Amino acid sequence: MPAGLFRALLTVAGAVAAIVVAIAISSVAILAAGASPMQAFAAFFDFGETERSVVNGIATMLNRSVPLFIAGLAVAIGFRMNLFNIGVEGQYKIAAVCAAYVGSLFVAPAPIQILVIIVVAAAVGGLYALIPAVMKVTRGVNEVISTIMLNYIAIQLAAFLVRGPFTGQRTEGQLTTNTPLLPESAWFPNLNVLFEMFGLPAPRGGGLWGFLVVAILLGVGLWVLLERTRFGFDVKASGLNPSAALASGVNPKKMVISAMVLSGAIAGLIGLPEILGDKHTFGSNFTPGLGFLGIAVALLGRNKPAGIAVAALLFGFLDRAQGPLQFASVPPSVIMIMQGAIVLLVVIANEITSRIAMRREERRAAQQLGRNTPVEVAA
Amino acid sequence: MSSDPLAAARPAVELAGITKRFPGVVANHDVCLTVEPGTVHAIVGENGAGKSTLMKILYGMQQPDEGTIKVNGQEVTFRTPSDAIAAGIGMVHQHFMLADNFTVLENIVLGAEPGQFGILDTRQARERIKALAAGHGLQVGPDRLVEDLGVGDRQRVEILKVLYRGARILILDEPTAVLVPQEVDELFETLRELKAGGLTVIFISHKLDEVLNIADAITVIRRGTTVASVDPREVTARQLAELMVGSELPTPETRESTVTDTVMLKVSGLTMEADGHRPIPKGASVSAYADRLRAEGRRLLLDDVSFEIHQGEILGIAGVEGNGQSELIEAIMGMRPAHGDLALGGEDIASWSTLKRRESGIGYIPEDRHRQGLLLEASLWENRVLGHQTRPPARSGIWINRRASKADTERIVKDYDVRTPSVDTLALALSGGNQQKLIVGREMSSEPTFLIAAHPTRGVDVGAQAAIWDHLRNARAAGLAVLLISADLDELIGLSDTLHVIYKGRLVARLDPSDVTPERLGGYMTGAITGTEET
Repeated sequence: MPAGLFRALLTVAGAVAAIVVAIAISSVAILAAGASPMQAFAAFFDFGETERSVVNGIATMLNRSVPLFIAGLAVAIGFRMNLFNIGVEGQYKIAAVCAAYVGSLFVAPAPIQILVIIVVAAAVGGLYALIPAVMKVTRGVNEVISTIMLNYIAIQLAAFLVRGPFTGQRTEGQLTTNTPLLPESAWFPNLNVLFEMFGLPAPRGGGLWGFLVVAILLGVGLWVLLERTRFGFDVKASGLNPSAALASGVNPKKMVISAMVLSGAIAGLIGLPEILGDKHTFGSNFTPGLGFLGIAVALLGRNKPAGIAVAALLFGFLDRAQGPLQFASVPPSVIMIMQGAIVLLVVIANEITSRIAMRREERRAAQQLGRNTPVEVAA
Repeated sequence: MSSDPLAAARPAVELAGITKRFPGVVANHDVCLTVEPGTVHAIVGENGAGKSTLMKILYGMQQPDEGTIKVNGQEVTFRTPSDAIAAGIGMVHQHFMLADNFTVLENIVLGAEPGQFGILDTRQARERIKALAAGHGLQVGPDRLVEDLGVGDRQRVEILKVLYRGARILILDEPTAVLVPQEVDELFETLRELKAGGLTVIFISHKLDEVLNIADAITVIRRGTTVASVDPREVTARQLAELMVGSELPTPETRESTVTDTVMLKVSGLTMEADGHRPIPKGASVSAYADRLRAEGRRLLLDDVSFEIHQGEILGIAGVEGNGQSELIEAIMGMRPAHGDLALGGEDIASWSTLKRRESGIGYIPEDRHRQGLLLEASLWENRVLGHQTRPPARSGIWINRRASKADTERIVKDYDVRTPSVDTLALALSGGNQQKLIVGREMSSEPTFLIAAHPTRGVDVGAQAAIWDHLRNARAAGLAVLLISADLDELIGLSDTLHVIYKGRLVARLDPSDVTPERLGGYMTGAITGTEET
């Protein structure tokens, strides 16, 4: 078996084992909460009776997965070179409020309008991530601490902006404050046509967010960047062995800044699927926690775009069950227990499988060499 | 100390049929070893013959797959070093494991602190240390800071630490590797005292003259197994060497001189501060600034280092580790800022980045291949790209050219005899010698004009060592300028055209390698002989 295939299979086997154990742990939690695990797990697969409710369920799951996928990508770029950007949460909040506001200021043809909003979001996220990067390279401030602190500033700043300078018209009886509504040219077309192609009804609400396409392109682009380009090689080298990277001529400061800014720029896009596809505004009730979940998604996906996609879909699948779980009288916080257990166990499984893979590699190398050369001995 | 007559009859250590497999290699197989109590027993073998693994097994750091260990006649199983310590075995590692900012006393008691309720009983500790030191001729001030001690004293602290824990059997792993000849004599004096005190010493080395000097019995290890046990009075160094290598010995000697008149690298006034780089005030020259720093009593890691390397010349730098060799490399590579001038082929490179220096023809074989030379968890071809990611064949535009990189890695594997199943194998699967050959091949592949070779044959097997020496010699003949930094004095003397000695960041002597002995070199390296001498 080729080494690559073996490693891939081993990874999948590890993930499956982790999920099975996570299910067992969650069952205990569900039992402790006084509910039936069987009912709970049935609820995860209960997409409803009618075609429309199934479609709604799938759209909800995918819509949840898209921002998680982008968040996972943002975190993974940092992780790839042992740079812990915990600040994705703050970066996407501040980027979302700025992008939503700037987008509401003018009206242009749809592609231009949307492109401007995307660029603003990426620029704001990237600039906000530049702060911890500069602090790290000039003063050696640990990025974990600075990004956590900057999260608080960003979250409060976004809350202030949406209530103050960036606030829009509030309709009668509405409890939340929002940025001004985006013009229709900034509404990203949905992908409901995918369902209609199969003769299925369109999902309700905003439908299937069209930003999914952007996310997929982003994932592919990032894979190419990380796996095929010189920049990607430098990122990999810096992550695997910083001193060897330094000796090979990689400038560590430049790498920290570019990786951090790239991570922040992608983080800036996390809020856009929801803003462009559904809400058309940034409000005080905007979905929180996507940045933190992104850390879990990146860990689960082993910092690889394809893995992150699977992880984001899994999280989306679990999150979708909020409603059905309540109908089955199971507390929906079971979802968070499951997500936590899966991440923890997958991290353990990853460590074990990568060790097995390396052992096998060493043994294979030695076996092949053992045939024609005397045994060489490690000191 | 009187030993019980029964114990004297029993061997202090008896290993039988020890086999240890690592993924990919058999580090030890069927090792048999009997060490009589109250003797110095030497274990000799080439780098990578399996000596260290064997000692790790005896010290409980690794468990054998097969075989038995007997200590004082009793069969034992060591799961951790604590078990070995409890059985009276102590180990002095090749690389000292001391906390620099602690005193000698604190280092000795560390992990075995006497006292009650968490309060350290210094008085009791001091008395025991004094008694031990006096009893074994290991004089070291207990209140001195370890960072102020020289290498020899540090080693004495390590030995005291082991004795303090009640060891009766001491394992010394290549204890002379970091010592100069004079310090070696002192160590041997200590070992004789320990022996007189009834202790057993297991002495690991690959330096035959030392072994013949100190040992009461010698066991030779070759390719992971014990091949002979000999009496040092009945064997010559030549015979021992043949037992160790099993074939003809390679020598590092270069033949006729290929040094040309063209200066490839010119280093002048290179100075590095210990407490952080500060820009030179405007208008001041490097030497004036360095003088001021010296006057202020600041420590300089590099102190006015100047030399020239010509095309086709190997310039060796000898020195006890930690006297500025690493800093010199880092300054030349541009990895750490320093004052002074650097010119490569007439061009001023002092302000260039590491990348630009590499691109303009500097090759670098790092002193620690795992730390600086390789991405262990990446494939061989990716390691070929490392350091060459901006140059063809590794790069085309913004892309990494995978096909060309793999093809060129195939070439290195063939030309440099890197033994690997394929170029997609992860670097960690290769033995040290093969990893090193890959690095040498990689650094040569861009046809450098100047090469830094730091400990190029450290920890590699004999075959690889000979091959690497050959490559260096051939490149030298083709006009390469080489800066060779090594702890192996034979390698330095044998390969170098010019030899400098570095001591406390200064080049203190320039010697002719054709008529210098390791002993005299050692004198300069420790500062025992001073004054520059042109021979």
